[in-house]
Amino acid sequence: MSVIQLNYADGIAEADLDRLRAGDSVELTGHVISLRDASAARLARALQAGEPPPVSLENRILYAVGPSPAKPGQIIGSAGPTTTARMARFFPAIFAAGVRGIIGKGELHGDEMAPFVAHRAVYFAAIGGLGALLAKQISSATVVAYDDLGPEALFALEIHTFPAVVIIDRHGGNFHETARAPWRRTE
Amino acid sequence: MNDRRGRPSRRRQGSGGPAVRDIDVSVLRNTVARLIVEANYNIPADILDALRDAVTREESPLGRRTLEQLVRNYEIAAAERVPVCQDSGLAVVMLEAGQDVHWTGGSVQDAIYEGIREGITSGYLRWSVTGDPTRVLKTAGSDMPGVIHIELVPGADVKITVASKGFGAENMSALRMFVPADGVPAITDFVVETVDRAGANACPPIIVGVGVGGTFETAALLAKKAVLRPIDVRHSRPDLCRLEGELLARVNDLGIGPQGLGGRVTALGVNIEVYPTHIAGLPVAVNLGCHSTRRISTTL
Repeated sequence: MSVIQLNYADGIAEADLDRLRAGDSVELTGHVISLRDASAARLARALQAGEPPPVSLENRILYAVGPSPAKPGQIIGSAGPTTTARMARFFPAIFAAGVRGIIGKGELHGDEMAPFVAHRAVYFAAIGGLGALLAKQISSATVVAYDDLGPEALFALEIHTFPAVVIIDRHGGNFHETARAPWRRTE
Repeated sequence: MNDRRGRPSRRRQGSGGPAVRDIDVSVLRNTVARLIVEANYNIPADILDALRDAVTREESPLGRRTLEQLVRNYEIAAAERVPVCQDSGLAVVMLEAGQDVHWTGGSVQDAIYEGIREGITSGYLRWSVTGDPTRVLKTAGSDMPGVIHIELVPGADVKITVASKGFGAENMSALRMFVPADGVPAITDFVVETVDRAGANACPPIIVGVGVGGTFETAALLAKKAVLRPIDVRHSRPDLCRLEGELLARVNDLGIGPQGLGGRVTALGVNIEVYPTHIAGLPVAVNLGCHSTRRISTTL
């Protein structure tokens, strides 16, 4: 099975996003900012109030994660994806600030998918419950804002060959809407 | 077992009554603390075995790759003693407490809450509980960091089960009140519908707990007990054992596959628990568990 390497130093190239297709396996290497229920709500509120984001969101990819505390010697605790749909209502504001993609887990349909289409953002699903393994693909973790939110603070993360699957692409594809059909057995 | 002062807990003879066993609540607190950490570092052997077996059965390449990564994740977590998932869940502590046990040294509930708190801290688990479910009280911490179910049983033993329930799957669970005429077909359709609707969000391959009977809340608790039963243990009633098998096949026919990426392995097991109910009712609850349904039991 072929895996697309998506390397970007800081910000992601349009051409790279254009060539992705729903169902592609990718490994991401670059910079991401974490996002979770509480931080997404606060970030969207600030953006809607016309305030600048606490960290630049231009050309960024966000990762829906609330890591567990790092043990001594660890860069970050377990750090698998959380359910993206819970934060979908905040995406219009967040995408308008320049975010190009979200890494998370779970399905997005209808109104949850619409902001991706409107802003040409890409949705990557990482594997839910892969916290111990994915922590090893993160080489640095720093809280950059909303420290008071604990695991829901905004973390700047460097990720390396971070495995994910393209779910929503820029060509109308939503892999979760087509992936089952070939395997479904009806009576 | 030793009590807080290091003395063995004792059995004392009342005046002609049954032997009463004293257990200091500190034993309970320490046991809960230990179990919650172990549950988060090591997924149950029956689930890991089922995942390894699923790797050999899954026909979808993407599904197989996903399952292989899950197995690798569990190997890493166990070897390095780190949480299998960053969502260390909401703690659910179930006690089957012998009625001949006399608790000493404080409140049973407080001891369990302290044990949960201690385990979360010492095990570097994520604090995943809010004190106010409405979120109106913005700064609400919680001195009740988990859910407790206590059942009285004959004897002087105490079985403790600790589960760390992740909410990806919990959020996709459902309960419906059917009527008697709906019967088993309604149970089947409801289970399949709930799993279908959950899709990738419940973190498949999942474990499905089905609770049938009792009242509204009984069905939910039965479903919780069902999802926490080892998946290599089938129901003792032949018809329900058969139904568990049929439901597993139906759910796997949905094609959802590992992480909803398509495939044969959507669920690793379906467990059913039943209880008598009203002649006018058929309550059915479906509690979903992710592939890392963390549970561990011990007996004091």
